[in-house]
Amino acid sequence: MNWSSPVTHHVLIAVFGVLIVSSVIGFILKRRAKTEEGNATVKNLIARTNSWWLMVIVLFTALSVGKLGATIIFSLISFLALREYLTVTPTRTADHMVLFTSFFIVLPYQYWLVHSEWYGMFSVMVPVYAFVLIPMLATLGGDVTDFLERSARTHWGLMVCVYFISHIPMLMTLNVEPLRMGPAGLVLFLVAVTQGSDVFQYVWGKLCGKRPIVPKLSPKKTVEGFVGGVLTASAVGAAMFRLTPFAPWQAALVALVLCVMGFFGGLVMSAIKRARGIKDWGTLIEGHGGIMDRIDSLCFSAPVYFHILRYFFTPN
Amino acid sequence: MLRETAVLMTRLITGVNPVWVDCDAASSSLRVYFANHGSHLDFATLWAALPRSARDRTRPVAARDYWGRTNFTRSVINVFNGLLIAREGITRQDNPVEQMAGAMREGHSLILFPEGTRSKDGCIGSFKSGLYHLAEKVPEAELVPVYLQNLNRILPKGHLLPVPLISSVVFGPPIKLDDGERKQDFLARAKEAVLNLAPRNHP
Repeated sequence: MNWSSPVTHHVLIAVFGVLIVSSVIGFILKRRAKTEEGNATVKNLIARTNSWWLMVIVLFTALSVGKLGATIIFSLISFLALREYLTVTPTRTADHMVLFTSFFIVLPYQYWLVHSEWYGMFSVMVPVYAFVLIPMLATLGGDVTDFLERSARTHWGLMVCVYFISHIPMLMTLNVEPLRMGPAGLVLFLVAVTQGSDVFQYVWGKLCGKRPIVPKLSPKKTVEGFVGGVLTASAVGAAMFRLTPFAPWQAALVALVLCVMGFFGGLVMSAIKRARGIKDWGTLIEGHGGIMDRIDSLCFSAPVYFHILRYFFTPN
Repeated sequence: MLRETAVLMTRLITGVNPVWVDCDAASSSLRVYFANHGSHLDFATLWAALPRSARDRTRPVAARDYWGRTNFTRSVINVFNGLLIAREGITRQDNPVEQMAGAMREGHSLILFPEGTRSKDGCIGSFKSGLYHLAEKVPEAELVPVYLQNLNRILPKGHLLPVPLISSVVFGPPIKLDDGERKQDFLARAKEAVLNLAPRNHP
């Protein structure tokens, strides 16, 4: 992270400004809340804000260490997400070696590939090699019950929790010039737009949400929330163009794509939760549920963002 | 020191998440925690899930023919202050129920796995009669059903390497042996009490 750039200072002021304002609003609302329902909403708001403080501090600390910091922190996030995913995913005793390999070989190797910047292997290791390795190991377990389903579920978890998330630190290896804030700016743009879109959709939905989009999957996601949230987050993305190689209109367009991908990421993960009969992936982050509940939108937006940058904004 | 480390390690591997359903975690009454059994991590996890004061006076009951085999297994079970009992060749002098009741008379609560062995498929087997005889001998004890979730996936029988999934330990409302209740009825009721704590969306 380039500390001397004014862009960095503006980002720090904006991010911590928003957090401070949210904390103050939470404090005021807590004193004003009268009804039971109001109290619960304010409590949830405060818990979410506090969790945001923690997540922002962890992210900035990691980014200030540079690529290595980002690689380590996102490998931990992948680990915790995979842990939550596999905990609620039915597997059998015969999958024990598969699960062990996923956690302790595939995941570390994928992040080692980020660290060593071997892009070719980075992009095929999970889709190809983990894809064949999982059923290979599963055969040795000698249990044919739901064989294909079990292999597919585990591989799906590795794709979403490990492969897609590993594209975030991989952003810092891209040869994009010039970046006023340094490569950390690319990561911040993605995280701010995707997560911002979630927050704005939540806020717009609370303010004027009426028509649910897919009530069976996610009753709280409404047309009004979606349109308001996506447009607001795209505007925020346009305003953050200095972090990226994009012109303002390009930044708005990319942000729009990220918001839509993030929206469907959340919806897909929600469908999986519904099918399992659970509400949250875990209990790790107060007010948010599990880590998977927080990063579900990033899973789908990260690889698309990475490819936009790699194919259209790097030389050669 | 060793014990604190064991608790920390267990919590780290199993991500244990204790849930108390109509059961007072801080109660100081004499208790027998009885649970389903599917993994070597079971007793350590249940033990680590207890509040500290309860943990200090709770002893896991373990099979002597398994845990008493070598110096290594004995030192492992000693970290948890385990009580070794005979599963086979029971005589009047070497009576496991008498041993357990003796430990309880000294003020210890116990952790007991009434199936007597680890289940291979995650299903709960039938309960052996030790729990019934213990309830007869120590009628003042509260019998707390406990459901251990996912531990058989984290470290199944026959495997050495744990997989870091998230487990949960659900403590249910205590039961007692009713006056004149038949052994079979009581054991079925106890098993039912454990099963009732299993979440419906169990993978």
